[in-house]
Amino acid sequence: MTQTQKKSINPFSQTHNQNQNPKTESSSSSSSRNGMKLIVPLQSVVQGRNGFLLGSLIPCALFYFFQLYLKRRRSNSNSNNNPSSPSSSSSPTLVLPRSSSRSNLSSRGSISRVRLSKLASILSKPDDSLYYIGLDRVLQDPYDVFVNPNGIIQLGLSDNKLCLDLIEKWLVKNLEGSVMGNSDMNLSINGIAPYQAFDGLNELKIALADFMHQVMGGSVEFDPSNMVLTSGATPAIEILSFCLADQGNAFLVPTPFYPGFDRDVRWRPGIDLIPVHCRSTDNFNLNITALEQAFSQARKRGVKVRGILISNPSNPVGNILTPEMLFSLLDFAEDKNIHIIADEVFAGSTYGSEEFVSIAEVLDSEYIDKSRVHIIYGLSKDLAIAGFRVGVIYSHNKTVLDAAKKMSRFATISAPTQRIVTSMLSDKRFIQEYIDTNRHRIRRVHDEFVDCLTKLGIKCAKSSAGMFCWADMSGLIKPYSEKGELELWEKFMSVAKINITPGSACHCIEPGWFRICFTTISFEEIPLVIERIRKVVKTCKSSS
Amino acid sequence: MSLENKNHQLLSKIATNDKHGENSPYFDGWKAYESNPFHPTKNPQGVIQMGLAENQLCFDLIEEWIRNNPKASICTPEGVNEFRNIANFQDYHGLPEFRNAVANFMSKVRGGRVRFDPDRIIMSGGATGANELIMFCLADPGDAFLVPSPYYPAFVRDLCWRTGVQLIPVQCHSSNNFKITREALEEAYMKAQEGNINVKGLIITNPSNPLGTTIEKETLKSIVSFINENNIHLVCDEIYSGTVFDTPKYVSVAEVIQEMEECKKDLIHIIYSLSKDMGLPGFRVGLVYSYNNEVVNCGRKMSSFGLVSSQTQHFLAAMLSDNKFVDKFLAESSRRLRERREFFTKGLEKVNITCLPSNAGLFFWMNLRSLLKEKTFEGEMKLWRLIINEVKLNVSPGSAFDCSEPGWYRVCFANMDHETVEIALMRIRAFVNGRDKGKNMEIKRWKSNLRLSFSSRRFDEKVMSPHMMSPHSPMPHSPLVRAT
Repeated sequence: MTQTQKKSINPFSQTHNQNQNPKTESSSSSSSRNGMKLIVPLQSVVQGRNGFLLGSLIPCALFYFFQLYLKRRRSNSNSNNNPSSPSSSSSPTLVLPRSSSRSNLSSRGSISRVRLSKLASILSKPDDSLYYIGLDRVLQDPYDVFVNPNGIIQLGLSDNKLCLDLIEKWLVKNLEGSVMGNSDMNLSINGIAPYQAFDGLNELKIALADFMHQVMGGSVEFDPSNMVLTSGATPAIEILSFCLADQGNAFLVPTPFYPGFDRDVRWRPGIDLIPVHCRSTDNFNLNITALEQAFSQARKRGVKVRGILISNPSNPVGNILTPEMLFSLLDFAEDKNIHIIADEVFAGSTYGSEEFVSIAEVLDSEYIDKSRVHIIYGLSKDLAIAGFRVGVIYSHNKTVLDAAKKMSRFATISAPTQRIVTSMLSDKRFIQEYIDTNRHRIRRVHDEFVDCLTKLGIKCAKSSAGMFCWADMSGLIKPYSEKGELELWEKFMSVAKINITPGSACHCIEPGWFRICFTTISFEEIPLVIERIRKVVKTCKSSS
Repeated sequence: MSLENKNHQLLSKIATNDKHGENSPYFDGWKAYESNPFHPTKNPQGVIQMGLAENQLCFDLIEEWIRNNPKASICTPEGVNEFRNIANFQDYHGLPEFRNAVANFMSKVRGGRVRFDPDRIIMSGGATGANELIMFCLADPGDAFLVPSPYYPAFVRDLCWRTGVQLIPVQCHSSNNFKITREALEEAYMKAQEGNINVKGLIITNPSNPLGTTIEKETLKSIVSFINENNIHLVCDEIYSGTVFDTPKYVSVAEVIQEMEECKKDLIHIIYSLSKDMGLPGFRVGLVYSYNNEVVNCGRKMSSFGLVSSQTQHFLAAMLSDNKFVDKFLAESSRRLRERREFFTKGLEKVNITCLPSNAGLFFWMNLRSLLKEKTFEGEMKLWRLIINEVKLNVSPGSAFDCSEPGWYRVCFANMDHETVEIALMRIRAFVNGRDKGKNMEIKRWKSNLRLSFSSRRFDEKVMSPHMMSPHSPMPHSPLVRAT
């Protein structure tokens, strides 16, 4: 590989010139964050909302605040966990183990320090995304009704715990009298121990194609031979990124977007994400003009845009792209000669009035160059078995499929898991029942939760799918900026003891929005969570 | 067509180049096998797969354990009450009980002489994913790693394809049984530096793939001092450490660095997996064990790109913490491997084919130099094609391993039953004898004899409806299942 020369575009090299920046977990996310911070004031100048003075103050204040924050974090975490153990590493205490590693060095060694890759030195710095920081803090003090009733409640992870009982029941019923499953499950040693096709068992592909068909309302067929299976949607996105773009190229991504995209696309493939900002006034719907603008701006900077990455249903907003919008997107991609990656992992978790239409269906309906469209799917959301790590790349592009098949070697699903899932998915009656019940339960929790929030004066963006609501708390933040948002997040964390995801972690351009997942709790726990939120709302209001 | 072309340009270099290294005879041999796989009754003239290092000799032990421990799976009535806690678990650190069990197992495999800290284990999807992950941590595109040749052909894909790292072979020779020498290391390192290549480290396999030999303690020490002096990393791929079946005793780099006070530990990284030692490649468990805290930190974050399913982690945690089972398994497995290797090599000796002396691995390094018409790599390939097409055995030629001398072939011996080994031996003997006589008469004879040997077939039809088979086992084969 000789891409090293392209350093000027490579996101990794950028952060190297920014050593003074303390928050550089992934260079990439920080570089775009910096980008955002520049954009915010500039846009406010244009719109005349805040003035230039305030605009330039924001980054300075943020920088100061973050220093303060990290300092506090460090002293906090000194007390828990043994410092020499690298397992505490994922928390922002990472700074600690480094000193112990130095003690391993001989005197000669400390002169010439061991060099890791640029990527590693960026990643081993403390997380700067509140998404990950939040997840870590929950791990350190997780809520449990009996053991730790004052712990932090996890509302920052879109896990669906509403329907695990259904799967449990199915397992008990169907595996009765079996050892590792019954004989038609093929869980015999020869079915699980040896090497299997790395891109997934054909049986599972067939079952998944049916499942996707079922989940998407039966209106679109999926061809198992267009599939590559991976251990979760995370490697699926990474593999597609490796296939579609070179280091230093970029994808357009409508904001707010799923914080994991930074990790999946930027880290190892080295592809940049260019935010295309959507706004509350449009209920965060995408518009083509914004896309056009972002595209031509990137081109002016000499950045090659290779694709557009969308999540539909959208994570974190929960809205759905209309068929018309999908057509426009396809036109746009055709016109610019770029790819579309459609992350549809929430396709089956719909509860609202809008109907979900897969981009695959739109492709079917008209003569369009199918080879530029790639779909990501998985069972972590719609079947709620995130631990099983089942992800799908669905593409009509043969070259992409061939390369992805080879790459699936790095992320193959374990065979026993594939067998069990195949067998579960093949029970279509059970699956239909699951899908229906799941939708029903999500809707029930969603309606109740959003209703309670509204009563607290917190409005949510209109949504139809997903396991979260996108809540507008801009009225509670002061100042109206990312700083205010961070402060409110901290309050939720330390006062209300709930972990939610701030808009800044999703690259939202407007401060004060939060993603709250409601499927990690039961219907009965809603009042408890609402009560905790009320506490924070009260303090915010009384102080203003 | 033009559409296709246009799109081709739209893809990444990685997707469209052939740096995945799969255009090598190593993989061609697999394709030959896949298009005509041997089966004792359905396709007795088919190609026997001897190019895949799979350990199927102890499946019965694992099967028995599973039968006796239904609670280990969250997908049985006995274990389903754990389902709720496991189903959603996707933390990239891995289940704590799993990491503990694996650390314990790694220690057992090394005779209990070293302990492993579960907090230094980085989860990954198979050794394939682990090898790539460590490269992403240690090297930038364009950087290089030294690797003693002959080396595992898929290293090109695992270490280089997506990372942009390059490999620089360190030449080893048959004259000293392909041992890694300090001189060879120095020479390769110097050459790289002269070429302005930034060498980030050295990767070794111990036990060696393809040689099946273990590295002696003294050699290992000199390797460790070499990387220390040059301040470069050492990645030890020890995925075959549990297959050692003979003396000399296995020594892990983990033991050596315990003894070397001066050693910079944070240069050392171990790759491990359960695919070979436990014979469970389908479970896709691979890991990096690093003594470098920063690598542990950032490697962990990359675990999400190849995480083992929680169902499998949970299951293996139970199996690997059953100390009695593990001890029995390891002892029995190495006994069976030794027996199998001995049977095989003795059979080859009868037709004067020798192998490199070895004490580990699921393969041996066969010397066919005497059969080469011309002592070149071309001659090696010619003979290899003959072996694939006429003898119908898929062995892997040395050139696929970047071996510096022609005439060596890797032969895997643990992915088949005893009867298949006998057939393979018969074919080789017939081939060599037929060559000696300048005729292929014997080949015809064994073909007609074939059927006789199946009465004792160990595998029983009920175990294998076609679609549950390993694509590479000598058992019924389904066109549905294909490994690439």
